[in-house]
Amino acid sequence: MSGVSEPELRHVGLTLEGVPPLKRAQVESDVFGFWAFLMSDALIFALLFAIYATMIGRYAGGPTPGQEFKFHSAFWETALLLTSSFTYGGVSIALKHDAKRRWIVLFTAITFCLGAYFVRMECHEFTTMFHDGATPEDSGYLSSFFVLVAMHGFHVTCGLIWMLLMGAQMAIHGIDQRVKVNFVRLGLFWHFLDIVWVCIFTIVYLHGLQR
Amino acid sequence: MTLSSSVRRDLAAYGIGYALAIALTGISFAIVFFRLLEPRPAFVIILILALVQVTVHLRCFLHVSFKRPAREDLHLVMFSAIVILLMLGGTFIILFDLDTRMM
Repeated sequence: MSGVSEPELRHVGLTLEGVPPLKRAQVESDVFGFWAFLMSDALIFALLFAIYATMIGRYAGGPTPGQEFKFHSAFWETALLLTSSFTYGGVSIALKHDAKRRWIVLFTAITFCLGAYFVRMECHEFTTMFHDGATPEDSGYLSSFFVLVAMHGFHVTCGLIWMLLMGAQMAIHGIDQRVKVNFVRLGLFWHFLDIVWVCIFTIVYLHGLQR
Repeated sequence: MTLSSSVRRDLAAYGIGYALAIALTGISFAIVFFRLLEPRPAFVIILILALVQVTVHLRCFLHVSFKRPAREDLHLVMFSAIVILLMLGGTFIILFDLDTRMM
């Protein structure tokens, strides 16, 4: 059984022209609520950045970022996340224009693979650092580094689980209005994580690699 | 598969966003990788580039704009930005002041 099919939500790219006013108000408030969550999440990240900034240079004789950060891994992680944001754009466009379900599945799958490879690279980076003896308890700097970057990695992992859940929802309900709104929320979440990563690669990696 | 003009327009919006994001990221990484500038001015420039890139992401990927349904989102983002700036500023003033006093 495919769930709610009428009044069709035509513009899931967050612009809702042509949607009946009642449905439209509901969808707008759903999406706005998720924006409020994202902004509270942004506050958490902002304060983690603040702590990180006050801890720059506090190595306590432990490893420095210049020794621990790898330029190419930061670069490829960035490339993966940026590309995954772009491919999620494919999901949004496919939903907006009522494309065949295989397009939505395809773009979600590509986004998932890119995100999963990002998490894998980050795990590899962390285990290498642990192996080199750079652990959170070494210095205030490393504590704040691991909290900030791992928090982002945790969010990305949640996004990946969410994509799997969307696959299950699509299999059960088809693409009805609720599923579409969930895809919009997931898209906001994913693009938001990309913004956080832009701040991380600038303030953490590029700044750290300068020293 | 033939693409209608509205699909092509949406694709172009994401494509422009992606191209800008890649370009801004590339410039930032190039500045640091090739050590094109002294560390301090280089950091100021990559911070500005990051700010521009965040704006590009908000506009092209998150569709925040001055148009009607997106305007509430814009208000929320701006309000949150003010709160974040206050909290960051307060944290920095207090902690760096403490830092200089402890030295």
